[in-house]
Amino acid sequence: MTFLLESVFNGMSIGAVLLLTALGLAIVFGIMGVINLAHGELMMLGAYTTLVVQNGFRQLGEGWFDAYLLIAVPLAFAVAAGIGVVLERGVIRYLYGRPLETLLATWGVSLILQQLVRSISWQMTLQIALFCLLFFGGRWLLSKRAIAPRWQAWVSPVLLVLSFGISLTASLVAGGTVGLAMTKPWFGAQGVDVTAPSWLRRGVNLWGVQFPFVRLFIIALTVVCLAAIYFFLLRSQWGLRIRAVTQNRSMSACLGIPTQTVDTLTFALGSGLAGVAGCAISLLGSVSPNTGQNYIVEAFMVVVVGGVGKIVGSIVAALGIGFVNYVIGSGLMTRFLEPQTALFDFFEFFASTSMARVMVFILIIAFLQLRPAGLFPQKGRMVDA
Amino acid sequence: MPKLSQFFFPKDRLSGRELIVVAILALILIFVMPPLLPGFRLDLLHRYLALAIVALGIDLIWGFTGLLSLGHGIFFALGGYAIAMHLKLQVPTTAPSPLPDFMSLYGVTELPWFWYPFYSFAFAVAAVVLIPALLAALLGYLVFRNRIRGVYFSILTQAAIIVFFNFFNGQQKLFNGTNGLTDFQTLLGFPVRNAQTQYWFYVITVIFLALAYLLCRCLTMGRFGRLLVAIRDDEVRVRFSGYNPTSYKVLVFAISAALAGIGGAFFTLRTGIISPRAMDIAFSIEMVIWVAVGGRATLIGAVLGALLVNFARSLLSEQFADIWLFFQGALFLIVVLALPTGIVGWLRTEAPNLIAKLLGRPQPVATYPELEFDPEVQYERQVLEQEGK
Repeated sequence: MTFLLESVFNGMSIGAVLLLTALGLAIVFGIMGVINLAHGELMMLGAYTTLVVQNGFRQLGEGWFDAYLLIAVPLAFAVAAGIGVVLERGVIRYLYGRPLETLLATWGVSLILQQLVRSISWQMTLQIALFCLLFFGGRWLLSKRAIAPRWQAWVSPVLLVLSFGISLTASLVAGGTVGLAMTKPWFGAQGVDVTAPSWLRRGVNLWGVQFPFVRLFIIALTVVCLAAIYFFLLRSQWGLRIRAVTQNRSMSACLGIPTQTVDTLTFALGSGLAGVAGCAISLLGSVSPNTGQNYIVEAFMVVVVGGVGKIVGSIVAALGIGFVNYVIGSGLMTRFLEPQTALFDFFEFFASTSMARVMVFILIIAFLQLRPAGLFPQKGRMVDA
Repeated sequence: MPKLSQFFFPKDRLSGRELIVVAILALILIFVMPPLLPGFRLDLLHRYLALAIVALGIDLIWGFTGLLSLGHGIFFALGGYAIAMHLKLQVPTTAPSPLPDFMSLYGVTELPWFWYPFYSFAFAVAAVVLIPALLAALLGYLVFRNRIRGVYFSILTQAAIIVFFNFFNGQQKLFNGTNGLTDFQTLLGFPVRNAQTQYWFYVITVIFLALAYLLCRCLTMGRFGRLLVAIRDDEVRVRFSGYNPTSYKVLVFAISAALAGIGGAFFTLRTGIISPRAMDIAFSIEMVIWVAVGGRATLIGAVLGALLVNFARSLLSEQFADIWLFFQGALFLIVVLALPTGIVGWLRTEAPNLIAKLLGRPQPVATYPELEFDPEVQYERQVLEQEGK
């Protein structure tokens, strides 16, 4: 009884993290058909936001520190959603209907974000801010004036070179005069630990099973996020519009739904959820620039197994994968079997976290032989699933 | 079977001129480059030529068939491991234990059973090609049979690479885990790290690259190649035309995996190490960008892209260690957004116009030829020219 409860709880908490990670992906992938390989990096940004908020609250004193999570979660959502908007407007918008290219482009974005977090310093911030001001400001100013058509093609390249040169020089000069305070990276490549507030550090012991509050908090956070998504998609005006665009884009556009805004909104929503997920995983382990990479592939598997475009599918798949992962990885199966039998050796071989992944992948491939379109496939009379 | 060979390798289409060009390029690489380049650069060139073989395989499957595999690192690493295992078994007689040195560290007393066949050089060479090909065929069959394609295929290959990474990383006793197989001594009695031996490896790599190019060229020219392109462009229609796309996809996936395995083996011979890091996700996606930069579905673009991107990488990361990742990210974005056909594609379509424009030659007009002779069109053109410029 005890270890049944234990395995259910542990499986559920792994599943909750997976689900939280996969939720944003499922929305973006299911609704817009976009594979976002930068999703992991959006999570990483959420985790770093949590770190920054935590450090800020530490300055305020012990009493305040315990409350930082209340600010960190919405702020992580906001930061990731903001980056998501920029990403959608800047890159993905041009790539709708070309999923493989989107995949590569978002991978590029993810590389840039990773290195950005590693090397960002005041110097770099100054450079980026100055560049944006000069380039976009200059373009805006010039767009107000009439320019001879033959020069129009030259505006952007010239501005680009000029503003890049100016911002680079300015940041180098600033870095040279101010010194280390300017050039030292904020976070660096090392992993940093986020301390959970004191009320999360404890746990409760029920029927001989330890329930850490952090895990319970993440499960609760997942439930809240799910409820919010359901409420948003099914009850709100914009949710209705999102669903309409999913069903029939051109018809929605004819009826006056701003489809481009809907796209941006959906992407921001998915990205924001990634930020929340990042906030949650920052409580579980140290935060580093490659934090997102560890979760992203499993999140994709959740989406594929669940069936694209169905949030229910993601829920079931995440819980299932989490559960199987725990049961195999913790060596639970070997407890029921006689030692030295073939089956025992088999499960013994897979009884570690990394080998459990191997097993889960084999099971997923086997599962896809039975149900290629996932647990809850889209119904319809399509030639191709 | 004359018909089948015609299907794969059409005799009449590969022009003699192309064969001569390939042969000349290969001869230049073999005879001119080694004395010309300092040892370090030649070392890099050799590595990148090995990677170009992998890129050819990726072009075959992504450029021509439209299947974006993000897991080619698996096949690359398997090829590398196959040859490395043979090298590792060349234990010098003076060694205290007849087992590869790392095994005694982990207290292995008996050689694991699957290591035994690798005593034979012929088996190891066959394994370089066959193990990746068979694995790809199996995986491909299970995936393609269910019509899993597009991004789903990409995701599954990505998951597969994580799985293999974990597997090789976790098995200390079987494959030396994270450290990988390294410290090779001899191959067929020749010392591996000797400059002379390395030169011969280089020559063989060049020859294999040329052969791989010609193989891919033949495969993509005939009906087989057209079917691949048809699968890329409209798989459903291919199926409705009575073909079974699954078998073609499985076959091309296997060929591409075999090429990756060969590339991996040569790469391992040059670098002297194969470790699970070859199965990094990032490395596998990088392979795709070589092809994208060079130009998809052009073959020569794949080779060019692999060489260019890797040289740019080594030049840039020598100068600025950090900037390469920014640059690589930007490369992904630029290629996808601004240069979707890659360098070779751009050279074929845009560049001639651009050169003509720079030389002041009249621009070719993209209309029907008859339209040019229409008096009304000619009149309007005159008017426009007088008014405008």
